[in-house]
Amino acid sequence: MNLDSLYQEVILDHYKRPQNKKLATTFDAQVHHVNPSCGDEIDLNLVIRNGVVTSITWDGVGCSISQASVSILTELLIGKSITEAYAIYDNFVALMQSKGEISGDESVLEDAIALAGVSKYPARIKCALLGWMAFKDASVQAQAKSELE
Amino acid sequence: MTLDPGVIRKDFPIFNRTIRDGKKLVYLDSGATSQKPNSVMDAESDFYRNHNAAAHRGAHQLAEEATEAIESARGVVASFLGGAVDEIVFTKSSTEALNLLAYSIGSAPAGNIFHLKPGDEIVVSEMEHHANLIPWQQLAKRTGAVLKWFEVTQSGRLDLSNIDGVITERTKIVALTHQSNVLGTVIPLTQIAKRARDVGAIFILDACQSVPHMPVNVKALDIDFLVFSGHKTVGPTGVGVLWGRANLLNLLPPFLFGGSMIETVTMTDATWAPAPRKFEAGVPNMAQIVGLGAALNYLSDVGMENIYQHEIALTRYTLEKLQEIDQLRIVGPTDTDSRGSAISFTLGDIHPHDLGQFLDNAGIAVRTGHHCAWPLTRKMGVPATTRASLYLYNDESDIDALVAATLGAQKYFA
Ligand SMILES: Cc1ncc(COP(=O)(O)O)c(C=O)c1O
Repeated sequence: MNLDSLYQEVILDHYKRPQNKKLATTFDAQVHHVNPSCGDEIDLNLVIRNGVVTSITWDGVGCSISQASVSILTELLIGKSITEAYAIYDNFVALMQSKGEISGDESVLEDAIALAGVSKYPARIKCALLGWMAFKDASVQAQAKSELE
Repeated sequence: MTLDPGVIRKDFPIFNRTIRDGKKLVYLDSGATSQKPNSVMDAESDFYRNHNAAAHRGAHQLAEEATEAIESARGVVASFLGGAVDEIVFTKSSTEALNLLAYSIGSAPAGNIFHLKPGDEIVVSEMEHHANLIPWQQLAKRTGAVLKWFEVTQSGRLDLSNIDGVITERTKIVALTHQSNVLGTVIPLTQIAKRARDVGAIFILDACQSVPHMPVNVKALDIDFLVFSGHKTVGPTGVGVLWGRANLLNLLPPFLFGGSMIETVTMTDATWAPAPRKFEAGVPNMAQIVGLGAALNYLSDVGMENIYQHEIALTRYTLEKLQEIDQLRIVGPTDTDSRGSAISFTLGDIHPHDLGQFLDNAGIAVRTGHHCAWPLTRKMGVPATTRASLYLYNDESDIDALVAATLGAQKYFA
């Protein structure tokens, strides 16, 4: 196994220059997720307007994989309908759980395809999924809230 | 006699394999679990092959042999620790041993010396492994006792400046780690045990990180209970030890109920066998107990003082070499004064998980994260650390490999 297959340029770029890493003051849902095995933490704020993800902002501490993954997620999902976002989410989770056996659909995953190498390192899959789980949780809460309103 | 890690390694077959496409295994994670010598695996497999039967039950030769095998292992543990045979309780791990203590103490009725009532105090420290924090924290919640703790200074020592305020006349239990699994710090045990004795508190020592690495004799220490895990002492998983003073084990209520721990049973009541049997319900982990006996014999043959001296010398070397690396910060004492061989550090902005991955790619096994001591890493102001932990089979070449790969990681993640 080659370390460069794990640490793609795209990942290191996002790690050094994370996108949307500043919590917005207004949001529909706010979540805090941790990875108890390594102590990584993330706060994520989400806004959904008329079924479209309009804002994902976050803050957190963690390794390059977890930080890059959430940064990529924000670029990928902002502007998508919640249905599209869930399709991308499912695609990404399947890729992570594939043990390296599928290479992923780049037309759906775009930059997130760079995280494909993570699936060969079982200990790192949770790192890559931290932000995605936080997004899913926040989206469920945000939609539940809008149904109440 | 001195210890030659090259000779020792020949007894540990895992060092014959390679890691990540042909790289030499550099195993620096013995703080999590140690590797096993052939003699331990042979003892375990010999038990299954030749003597397997339920110990303490059955009227046949195999049952006799199985009983003899685990009772002689109990004798080995007793002489290794300097305790009496009846003071050795086998558990499945030190985690279980600490929970045994917490639950048994929690069930002690009024009038029993272990009984806890609201306002009584339990003392731990900020450097406890979760296994020696959460059982006490939860016991305090269940009983209304108050959990207090020694703080840790930025240099990684217990802050004893207010020892008389932390351990008071209300203190019933003091439960502390002998050596921190994160910082490597060895605590000033004599001073704290004396204070505990003066106020009449029970002293419990988590010796998970000391018993494998230095001579520990319970007679020489003014303590009441001690726990350690077999798998960190070159022994098998699935076996731990609780040592307790005989008079205290007799007064302590049992924790797990079932077969083998009773004296008499009716449909409505039961009485208990004497210690240690009272604490060993069910068929024990026999093969693992036998393996632990072989492990402690192995360590005794090498000599615990030799192991200790070897680790101290190697720790000194490691601390010196690591501190030559730019931006590397040791989290814990930076010299070998009252310190063992668990060495945690951070490296600039490089996250430990990324460093660990890079080291792994070079065949080097370390641990990263909060090492089951989350309040401690928080206190030390770091989200996580990288930990190298040493043992009798490590030598300077392992440390040189660690240093070289750490420098490589700095370039890679720059
Ligand atoms: C100081 C300390 N206490 C307790 C434990 C728990 O040991 P086990 O997981 O074997 O029960 C450990 C193991 O990491 C430890 O280092």
